[in-house]
Amino acid sequence: MSEMGYTTDEIMSVVAARHLHDGQVCFVGIGLPSEAANLARLSHAPNVILIYESGTIGTSPEVLPLSIGDGELASHADLVVSVPEIFSYWLQAGRVDVGFLSAAQIDRFANLNSTVIGDYHDPDVRLPGAGGAPEIASAAGEVIVMLRHTKRAFVEEVDFITSVGFGVKGAGREGHRGSGPSVVITDLGILRPDPSTFELELVAIHPGISVDEVVENTGWELQIADELEVTGAPTSEELSILRGLKERTARAHAG
Amino acid sequence: MAEFTTLRDAVADLVPDGSVVAMEGFTHLIPFAAGHEVIRQAKRDLTLIRMTPDVIYDQVIGMGCASKLIFSWGGNPGVGSLHRLRDAVENDHPRALEIEEHSHAGMAARYAAGASGLPFGVLRGYMGTDLEGLTNVATITCPFTGEDLRAVPAINPDVTIIHAQQADRRGNIGMWGITGVQREVALAAERVIVTVEELVDELSVTGPNHVVLPSWTVDAVSEVPQGSHPSYSMGYTTRDNAFYTGWDAISRDRDMFAVWMQRFVMSVDGFDDYIRARDAGALLEMVDV
Repeated sequence: MSEMGYTTDEIMSVVAARHLHDGQVCFVGIGLPSEAANLARLSHAPNVILIYESGTIGTSPEVLPLSIGDGELASHADLVVSVPEIFSYWLQAGRVDVGFLSAAQIDRFANLNSTVIGDYHDPDVRLPGAGGAPEIASAAGEVIVMLRHTKRAFVEEVDFITSVGFGVKGAGREGHRGSGPSVVITDLGILRPDPSTFELELVAIHPGISVDEVVENTGWELQIADELEVTGAPTSEELSILRGLKERTARAHAG
Repeated sequence: MAEFTTLRDAVADLVPDGSVVAMEGFTHLIPFAAGHEVIRQAKRDLTLIRMTPDVIYDQVIGMGCASKLIFSWGGNPGVGSLHRLRDAVENDHPRALEIEEHSHAGMAARYAAGASGLPFGVLRGYMGTDLEGLTNVATITCPFTGEDLRAVPAINPDVTIIHAQQADRRGNIGMWGITGVQREVALAAERVIVTVEELVDELSVTGPNHVVLPSWTVDAVSEVPQGSHPSYSMGYTTRDNAFYTGWDAISRDRDMFAVWMQRFVMSVDGFDDYIRARDAGALLEMVDV
């Protein structure tokens, strides 16, 4: 807990939740994206439609799922479909407005790595792998990315492109149906791709965070927007909804 | 027609060494009891297939039963890494493990093609990723629109093993909730083993997304109550999240893993003994949770 009265994870979730709008169809990854998407649903976006890759559509869990296939998601869903169906009829067909993703690494052009750190055939760290991410990143109307801002995570070039942002050296998105990452939300600030070069640019910092701090934690020479904004601090209402959700979740997962 | 048998006999008869085996389930209905039986019978050189290899494959791989894994996301859901899988990939311990990885959409298309009797599945996927140059995927052009698409080869396992909620007296299988790719992977396979929570006179429709596999698509059915623990069977059991969390510490250490497997899998008579140990609170005794 900082002297601001909230944690860095909390402001990241609150800011990410604000980027989700009421009525949007959102394909949700597990972890931080799931927390942010459910915060949006419980606050300003009650009609957001949450889809998880386990096949649960229009789900409104009372507690956050630990895994992507928790019973909590199935019993609170409008419908449950098979995994081949969720990826073909729903995602590939273009029914998803927003994909909500995290990753272990992101690069200058918003490409994401969740496969390996180091060489693929002799990895330093073997990560879980692609899961649904490559096709979410390709087919969703836009992608919101959330990850903690460190030099290890924000790298010049990712070790492995699991999911395409704007391609190698910002080559673009030819062949992809969706428009790609629209915003990257971290615990320090907000980045957006430059519309012409596709390079990520710092557009906002969170209260109490300095530009230097963001630059120091970024593994490339970070472009800073001319009109840098300061994020609005989490409101007491946002924090109370988020903390309530996390408390209910902790109680439920303790078994 | 499905034959009612013990799980021990089903695994002994239908899963020879060297088989290509899919034990499927998308975090729900994971066939843990069957996986334990495979380990107890010390099967070797298996090619394992699973979209989301989780703790059961961590156990099977850690015990040296597999030589290859085909998958799309390998982790302990919501907790972190699979340490036995990582040890096999990073350090060849206890033996080298060849891996072939895909995306979920690609694996789903592969299973659907296998179930359809087609040689490949087609999708918009993999484009621009490093998976493209690495794995079993090819570019094809749509003969009608000219669009570039991706083809992935069908999966047809030698044996599919799944867990379901119910079987009726004729061996028809009923399941509901999150059913993942189980229908596709069953229909794609040469042989199918199903463990169920309960034998019933008539399948009941008590949850969303009810799926039936008719008896004549299944080879062996065994009643194994709680056979998906620590996963869950909607309507029967709940997910043991504390176990998944505790597994992180057990599996992180080679020796602790070996002791745990010896005590709760290798030296027990069957899954009933494991469930009794669970009820006595013994499974996580070795770790602070």
